[in-house]
Amino acid sequence: MQPFTVLTAIAMPLIRANVDTDAIIPSREMKKVSKTGLSDGLFAGWRYQEVGGRDPNPDFVMNRAPYDKSEIILGGVNFGCGSSREHAVWALAEYGFRAILAPSFAPIFQANCITNGILPVELAADIIARIAQDLEQDPQQRQLVIDLPQQTVTSPDGSIYGFEIGGEAKEMLLEGLDPIDLTLKLRDRIQAVRVAGQNRRPWEYL
Amino acid sequence: MSKSLFDKIWDNHRIADVGDASLVLIDRVFLHERTGSVALKSLKEAGRPIMAPSHVFATMDHIVDTFPGRTDKTIMPTGTAFITETRDAALDAGITLFDLNDDRQGIIHVISPEQGIVLPGLTLVCPDSHTCTQGAFGALAWGIGSTDAEHALATSTLRIKKPKSMRITVNGHLAPGVTAKDLALYLLGRYSAAGGRGHVVEYAGTAVEALDVEARLTLCNMATEFAAFSAMIAPDDKIFDYLKGRPYAPKGQDWDAAVAYWRSLKSDDGATFDREIVIDGAEVTPMVTWGTSPQHATAIDGVVPDYQAVQDRDSQEAYDRAIAYMGITPGTALESLPIDAAFIGSCTNSRLSDLRRAAAILKGRHVKAGVKAICVPGSTTVKRLAEAEGLDQVFRAAGFEWRESGCSMCFFAGGESFGRQERVVTSTNRNFESRQGPETRSHLASPEMVAASALTGFLTDPRKFGPRKFAV
Repeated sequence: MQPFTVLTAIAMPLIRANVDTDAIIPSREMKKVSKTGLSDGLFAGWRYQEVGGRDPNPDFVMNRAPYDKSEIILGGVNFGCGSSREHAVWALAEYGFRAILAPSFAPIFQANCITNGILPVELAADIIARIAQDLEQDPQQRQLVIDLPQQTVTSPDGSIYGFEIGGEAKEMLLEGLDPIDLTLKLRDRIQAVRVAGQNRRPWEYL
Repeated sequence: MSKSLFDKIWDNHRIADVGDASLVLIDRVFLHERTGSVALKSLKEAGRPIMAPSHVFATMDHIVDTFPGRTDKTIMPTGTAFITETRDAALDAGITLFDLNDDRQGIIHVISPEQGIVLPGLTLVCPDSHTCTQGAFGALAWGIGSTDAEHALATSTLRIKKPKSMRITVNGHLAPGVTAKDLALYLLGRYSAAGGRGHVVEYAGTAVEALDVEARLTLCNMATEFAAFSAMIAPDDKIFDYLKGRPYAPKGQDWDAAVAYWRSLKSDDGATFDREIVIDGAEVTPMVTWGTSPQHATAIDGVVPDYQAVQDRDSQEAYDRAIAYMGITPGTALESLPIDAAFIGSCTNSRLSDLRRAAAILKGRHVKAGVKAICVPGSTTVKRLAEAEGLDQVFRAAGFEWRESGCSMCFFAGGESFGRQERVVTSTNRNFESRQGPETRSHLASPEMVAASALTGFLTDPRKFGPRKFAV
């Protein structure tokens, strides 16, 4: 996984409440047992003229330069709600998105982002609206800076906004670590807990 | 110190602290062909064995066809590969598979209780957002991504930060004709689709205790629509009676020890929660959604709300978009909206009691001409039991299709779907844009409201068909 430290990039406004994972990648676009080959299906229902088609809908923000080169999304409340499909995050990452700013995220989506190196930044709705306003004059030149070590977002007008992120999540993103490898270092401890559990509540062990 | 039900299960499963998160023991993992297949495949490619294969179960529910006589072939293009790859991977990994043509096959959140796989006090995860359904048994059950499923398979643990807690107490009782689905929609309508965000919700109070086991599953099912981490209900004798004798439930001496332990799984007096909501069950009436988020829920005897009524949680743009998508206008009586189709099924409302209540309304009647009506039992077991008491005949005689079990048209995966701009009344859980078909307009409701609406051809308050008990 690509470590996340400091990102300077174009940010695309998609400030709608409850953007769900069906919208991020419709079920019909998950065609293979695979984590790749999904970016064409990203936002398919909004991005293309027809269901299953590939003619771009010019009204959708991601189809308008320079937003097609965005690496950041400015989102609305409860971003990523709905289905647990990690395909939504795989599609975002494959397209090139590295961070999402939203007032809140749905829990499974938020965990999936961290697993895949996408930084979910929680900021108040009015701050995100202010950032969007600052960027829209010239989104190509007016890029957003996200500094994970410092936990700040810097808007081109010079405003600096701090954000909170859990220590474990931050470390995973900064180091690009594989959590399974980390956990397997505790394998003996896990096995000991399982043996003790089997003695205490044997019916839980099949 | 007083502990909540959630605290007790959490403390029993916390192995170590890792930074500000915890390493938590996972007792059961369930997989389906849609998102579980990729986890099994990726794990194998990484050369990682499953730590406890006897604690891992898989089934086919998401992509399988539901037509009688189905095979591995699917209407969804490329769907067959999900089925065959899951089967091969499950056999290879040595996990338990409830395959097509196995009587134990069905929607995970229907069959896990049926088989006694979910038990009070367990942790259970599945790469499926509706895993919270199973919290109805007093388990900590939650949906995860496929990569976290790999972690759970390889290590029998997950690394998670302890979620916040919330208790929703429903005092009094639900009025006759008001269901757990109506309660779930009422809470979404009142507190929004982000209302429980990140919290483990414990449902409590006399109105919740009065719910039967299957209604509790329905209530907990829609906690993910509430953006909750999960939901749970303290287990009681109804749960213990349900579990007794199920294939994977404890037996003999283990049973007695298990029940003694399960009785301790409730929030102590004085337990504290990060948030508390208290409502009166009498506030809840039959509910339906009008828009494209589950929070767009209102009483069936009401009207399509204007923007002022929802401006605390929807932007003008989101509201306008929902109204335009659904092809409705503010002020329109919901019961005046004509429907094209009616769907009973999904992990929310496809269990035997759901089908019985719908059949009680349908018996001796016929769906309105031109309405496409489909019933998809939640599991092969539910289907068999329903057929044994003649429910299939009632549905068929009323003009409903009677299908094999699966998730079916709860969502459109590229295969079967409802049509463009068709208005569907549905016992499912999500009314997102194009969820049930390209441009399909979905109205979420209880199974009895779906049945009543199918009969009249309009969204309809099922109480108009009076209290009827199904009898052959």
